[in-house]
Amino acid sequence: MKYESQRVAMPYFIFALILFAGQIVFGLILGLQYVVGDFLFPEIPFNVARMVHTNLLIVWLLFGFMGATYYLVPEEAQTELYSPLLAWILFWVFAVAGTLTILGYLFVDYATLAEVTMNKLWPTMGREFLEQPTITKIGLALVFIGFLFNILMTALKGRKTVVNIILITGLIGLTVLWMFSFYNPENLTTDKYYWWFVIHLWVEGVWELIMGAILAFVLIKITGVDREVIEKWLYVIIAMALITGIIGTGHHFFWIGPPEYWLWLGSVFGALEPLPFFMMVLFAFTMINRRKRNHPNKAATLWAMGTAVMAFLGAGVWGFLHTLAPVNYYTHGSQITAAHGHMAFYGAYVMIVLTIISYAMPIMRGRPYGNSNKAQVVEMWGFWLMTISMVFITLFLTGAGILQIWLQRMPESGEALSFMATQDKIAVFYWARLIAGCFFSGGLVVYFCSFFIKGQASFDDEVRGPALQDA
Amino acid sequence: MAERFTKSMARNIYLGGSTFFILLFLILTFDTQSRAMPERDNRDQLTKQVVNGKHIWENNNCVGCHSIMGEGAYFAPELANVFDRRGAGNSDVFKAYMNAWMNAMPTNVPGRRQMPQFNLTDQEIEDLASFLEWTSKIDDNGWPPNIEG
Repeated sequence: MKYESQRVAMPYFIFALILFAGQIVFGLILGLQYVVGDFLFPEIPFNVARMVHTNLLIVWLLFGFMGATYYLVPEEAQTELYSPLLAWILFWVFAVAGTLTILGYLFVDYATLAEVTMNKLWPTMGREFLEQPTITKIGLALVFIGFLFNILMTALKGRKTVVNIILITGLIGLTVLWMFSFYNPENLTTDKYYWWFVIHLWVEGVWELIMGAILAFVLIKITGVDREVIEKWLYVIIAMALITGIIGTGHHFFWIGPPEYWLWLGSVFGALEPLPFFMMVLFAFTMINRRKRNHPNKAATLWAMGTAVMAFLGAGVWGFLHTLAPVNYYTHGSQITAAHGHMAFYGAYVMIVLTIISYAMPIMRGRPYGNSNKAQVVEMWGFWLMTISMVFITLFLTGAGILQIWLQRMPESGEALSFMATQDKIAVFYWARLIAGCFFSGGLVVYFCSFFIKGQASFDDEVRGPALQDA
Repeated sequence: MAERFTKSMARNIYLGGSTFFILLFLILTFDTQSRAMPERDNRDQLTKQVVNGKHIWENNNCVGCHSIMGEGAYFAPELANVFDRRGAGNSDVFKAYMNAWMNAMPTNVPGRRQMPQFNLTDQEIEDLASFLEWTSKIDDNGWPPNIEG
């Protein structure tokens, strides 16, 4: 750690991981409700548990992105953070607002929550992933703006690197697009159209800039490859992300009202969307192959390779599976969508946050060369347990989806099974998914354990490896 | 990457490409919203009752279990075509069905998925039914493939 103010990233990372644990607990509840329908009913109905599961994910990823930003922007800009105090204030504002919202979901009936937060004055609630009361949405917007101010002031007074510029571009995009969450027209089709400006243009747009920048930063640090080379790759990756991803929004417009030309645009550009993720795999592996040093933090290297591969599989391959309109006609809103969503979020955004945590946390804890070998081995066990479990979760949901489509979507009206009858037929896949989810939780516990193992890697661990001179 | 392909070339592709596609996206959005949608979303039928129905839909987080036009959760049936599935395309039949259904929840059958009791008034249920009826008439390129949604 070169600048003392980078340490403000630590509470962000720790709080992100606590929320991650909460997200997984609710994931298990949901998984069980899929097969034991009345589990925890009426105390925690499915819609409440799902809202907690998805909102915790969004909030903890945002905490992770902010932590990553506070850590890497000062280091890249070669200056202290503009205002560590502001970063701390915003941390508490965000943490308290986020926690209160989640508690509101759990302990207040949703209709009552809408009433007491005066949703009537400016209705924005009750839309998937944007369930937060309007007052929470305003709070979130203010946190983003304060955060951006702090980061811009830091970046502007220091060295302007490509990593910083792209990361900040992504964060500005994130903030600007969030404003569409306040637009909820009375016409459902218009509502849905602009809803995607937040959802799609976040995860298949500006978040890829954030992911690319964080990955580039970690690769510069752990491989020692020349910054010029890494920055060129980064530009190509984000160019592809935006060139394919913006019009690629069209793959969400197939069946919600917009005209037929979106069937073509969404299919063609959607089919190209795996490209930036494929480039990220090449990027991570090429840089690590050409490494100029053997960084003793092997766990961080593993996460960096893992996030590229899993993002490609989850977002790229599983996205491509159902992006073509003739296929999507049958798969839209089925368990295929759920399969894709799980692996894409885990691979691209969970793992990139865990990558920067794996790299930066040991340094902030006074272990400049990384955790002890023992701690790293435990962390890597966590990596493999969570990642392999997520592969199985995705495969089981894909199986459920294929069977669901076969029984419910493909036959003619009259012959097709009803939704609920189909759910009974595919229950075995849901049980298997739940078991994989339990293994995932076990992996998370193992991962958390790695933080409590003492000791650190030393400089000697670096030179002990084979030095690569030819790169 | 080859040495001839420089960083500034990569940056120019990024800036030029993203600017071009942002502009194209804005133009397409303008065309979709101003020209195409008015003919497809039967907005002339968008009554006060339908709007109120949408608020009831949102305030009770219906999308937390159900999907509507394929979007939402996948725990309970698709509802963009429930007007055709349960009301046989008839407003009165559908309203009567909705009223009976909403008041019968939850079923409390052990082990089955449960829909909460939302304690809606008869008028609110009627508004919700109007919203679902209006939604069923949007031109959505023929989705879903069959009546089961």
